[in-house]
Amino acid sequence: MKLIVAIVRPEQLSDVLEALFHAEVRGLTISRVQGHGGEMEHVENYRGTTVKMALAEKVRIEIGVSNHFVEPTINAIISAARTGEVGDGKIMVIPIETIYRIRTGEQDQDAVTPVDTPPQ
Amino acid sequence: MNSADIAWMLVSTALVLLMTPALGFFYGGMVRSKNALNTLMMSFAALGPVAVVWALLGYSLAFAPGVPAVGSFAYAGLRDVGLQPQGTIPHLLFMAYQGTFAIITAALISGAVVERLRFSAYLAFIVTWVLVVYAPVAHWVWGGGFLATAGALDFAGGAVVHVNAAAAALVAAIVVGPRKDYGRHAMLPHNVPFTLLGAGLLWFGWFGFNAGSALAANTTAVLAFVNTLLAPAAALATWTLLDLSREGRVTAVGAATAIVVGLVAVTPAAGFVGPLAALALGALAAVPSYFALIYRARTTLDDSLDVVAAHGLGGATGAVLTGLFADPTWSGGASGLLAGNLWQVPIQLGSVLIVAAYSATATFGILKLLALVMPLRISSKVEGVGLDVTEHGEEAYTGGDGAILVSPKDSSFARQMAESVALSNGGGL
Repeated sequence: MKLIVAIVRPEQLSDVLEALFHAEVRGLTISRVQGHGGEMEHVENYRGTTVKMALAEKVRIEIGVSNHFVEPTINAIISAARTGEVGDGKIMVIPIETIYRIRTGEQDQDAVTPVDTPPQ
Repeated sequence: MNSADIAWMLVSTALVLLMTPALGFFYGGMVRSKNALNTLMMSFAALGPVAVVWALLGYSLAFAPGVPAVGSFAYAGLRDVGLQPQGTIPHLLFMAYQGTFAIITAALISGAVVERLRFSAYLAFIVTWVLVVYAPVAHWVWGGGFLATAGALDFAGGAVVHVNAAAAALVAAIVVGPRKDYGRHAMLPHNVPFTLLGAGLLWFGWFGFNAGSALAANTTAVLAFVNTLLAPAAALATWTLLDLSREGRVTAVGAATAIVVGLVAVTPAAGFVGPLAALALGALAAVPSYFALIYRARTTLDDSLDVVAAHGLGGATGAVLTGLFADPTWSGGASGLLAGNLWQVPIQLGSVLIVAAYSATATFGILKLLALVMPLRISSKVEGVGLDVTEHGEEAYTGGDGAILVSPKDSSFARQMAESVALSNGGGL
């Protein structure tokens, strides 16, 4: 099992989600973050004050997957998030010790296997 | 001159001017947050350049004595437009009041092209459009032009303002093309409270728009004022019932839209119909716009904020219903079909079609000519980043995290500015 952490452009998020759902990746968490990754800062002006915006808006996606899902997940993210410009983001794959599904107490492989029809 | 009339027209001019910032909030709430400032600026920008060209030339083309199709240069540069009476108010006040109409009409068009039109192209477009399209059309109806001679009834601008702007909006949406995400991703309103705030302020300002069009503090102004209360109320009630019957829930964006549709529809009718007719007119006008909005979203026409469905259809419906409901016992003269005048509905319909056809054709010409000298659209990459940063160098919602102050003495300052320019030309990020 791996934790896949991807930092992508906010404007690519819809495309990334679409690609992930096509790859049948169904469980994920996103958060709005700001960061700096070597892209050119943009300059803004507010009433005579000129500022260089060193942090760019990004979206952080976290996905816990079983091993055979790592490759398709990464491919989906790269294909959808890439624009070719500096600032497209990063993907980090981190080993996971244990995963629990809170509702059932299931562990590891079972916990990251999607549930098609949740019991009532 | 009459002091009461002057006082009311001074207030009305200020009320109509407020409608343009209100429109900015109405529109600004409906776009994505990365384009909020750009959308608001499209309305605010009309307050400057459009008002300037109106005073210098537009007013003369619309209201100076001329031929049936257009005014003349007699009032160019405000020559002979002074404090002498024009009716019961000073001529200069009449010019200013009409100027506020030109401003909001130009700003209305922006709703069809938000989130992808270059700001500089937008400025060039509205300034040209006001002179080439708005001024002649205003002349046709209010400046003694041929539609006035034909007997068309347009109390405060159903055809001149709303059908005119909507026809231009339709053509602009087609020429500029849809947003890159249109039909692919959901694009949700980023601030519905702004949209409601804008609709409320529009209603407030519209009392000056309609009741001020009486050009006096008289009983016609009272009639127009009350009708401006009743017709949007009926449109809102109808919209609420349609929402309830179809979805079981009453939407806020729908309510804001319903108010605007009711206001648009009563605009041509305000001083010509009785209060019960205004209620009927508002209720009837809500229906075509309601279904047009639902239908439009399924088409490839990215009239992003539905200028055509709200202002075009609402204005056309209002104009035709004016021909139905105009009542000599209230209007003191003009009569419609229900008062036995068989010809008024065809005249109304004809005036709507003529205005729409001219506006559409001329808008197409202006945009195609502009496209020869400047790109109309921002690049697809800039569209992704949003127009606030790229076109204005500002953000609507920023916490200021990571903002580094650039001192003008900083040796790298010149490089920073060069980067900024590169970015606005579509580079960077």
